[in-house]
Amino acid sequence: MAEAIKIDTLDVELKEAVLDKVPDANFDLCLTCGTCTGGCPASEQFGMDPRKLIRMLNFGMDEEILKSDWKWVCSMCGRCQLACPMNINIPKLIYNIRAKMAREKRPKGILGSCDQHIRTGSAMGAAKEDFEFTVLDVAEEIREGHPGFEDLEVTVDRVGAQMVLNQNSREPVTEPEEMGPLWKILHLVGADWTYPSVMWAGENYCMFLADDEGWRYIIEEFVLHVDNNLKSPLVVNTE
Amino acid sequence: MRKYNIPHKFQLTTIIELYAQWIKEGRLKVNADWNRDIGAKFTVQDPCNIARKSGSNKIVDDLRFVVKTVVGEENFIDTVPSRMNNFCCGGGGGALQAGFPDQRRAYGKIKFDQIKATGADYVIAPCHNCHGQIEDIGLHYGGRYHVVHLWTIICLALGVLADTERAYLGPDLAEVGL
Repeated sequence: MAEAIKIDTLDVELKEAVLDKVPDANFDLCLTCGTCTGGCPASEQFGMDPRKLIRMLNFGMDEEILKSDWKWVCSMCGRCQLACPMNINIPKLIYNIRAKMAREKRPKGILGSCDQHIRTGSAMGAAKEDFEFTVLDVAEEIREGHPGFEDLEVTVDRVGAQMVLNQNSREPVTEPEEMGPLWKILHLVGADWTYPSVMWAGENYCMFLADDEGWRYIIEEFVLHVDNNLKSPLVVNTE
Repeated sequence: MRKYNIPHKFQLTTIIELYAQWIKEGRLKVNADWNRDIGAKFTVQDPCNIARKSGSNKIVDDLRFVVKTVVGEENFIDTVPSRMNNFCCGGGGGALQAGFPDQRRAYGKIKFDQIKATGADYVIAPCHNCHGQIEDIGLHYGGRYHVVHLWTIICLALGVLADTERAYLGPDLAEVGL
């Protein structure tokens, strides 16, 4: 006859480690209803789904969980948690499972983007000098070639501007002309704005990498620059 | 900043909320006249971070207000489900650079089918991850839609979109207003 599993004697190291960081993650409340899984586009990839993951976590199948690449297919979109009747924090579980992996073994693409961001201020590795050169150059082209925008003003680090905008680094690096339409709108409404030279990029791959230290560093540098140097009252996320 | 309790003096907002505010204040003078006869159909992708993860529908409702204003209410077709209950495109969370393209595309099939069901010619994707992923699954699954930035369509409606700023437009809109 099959023997009942003794819940109290299970070794659930991973679960306890994550609960230390996310005390309200509610893993023990799982009803195994599967609502999370029914609405998850990542279900079945690599033979995994959110319900199965919580079951495995609660049974202490730590090795199997940590081994699975599913943590990089899940986008931490949060739809499972929104649907969950017990509000189980599956996205933060994924984040912490990612963080359990040795940093240098995490996916190269994400790791590289995070490192570039820490080093240069953008995931695509464009340093602030390159960024400034590109935006000023594109702005000059618009002033010269686009009728009605002869007075278009684009600045970097203008102290006291009403708003500071971030910019996904894909534009200045791979498609600089795509910044023009945004600037034209800002110009037409008379917005008083500037770009920051420090951590100017809108993306944050250190967050995806589950690199707490890197993520925090990027945000802190940005906040210090805006508050102390630029003294702008408003930050605008452009995506 | 919330995650790490980093104190900051500035307020944080999104360009989408500002577009909506500027239209309501009359500062951004824009309408859908350009699309009355053309009738190009648009849908939007709700990025998880400004929809579900922002904790409210405020930003995505502003997004719909802006889009309907610039393309015409009759030319906007929503996906089902949408807003806070939207499906993620599958490109977020680093997935575009994680090195598992087969799984990422399988994930994106739901998004592709959703977009296909709207019959829209254009998907406005106000997030670069979404933009990249929706373009990729469109090519992969044989979609006929174009993926555009919101600012492109606003400038098209304003009549100030230069010929060099039309990389993402299809042939039906490539010459509009030039």
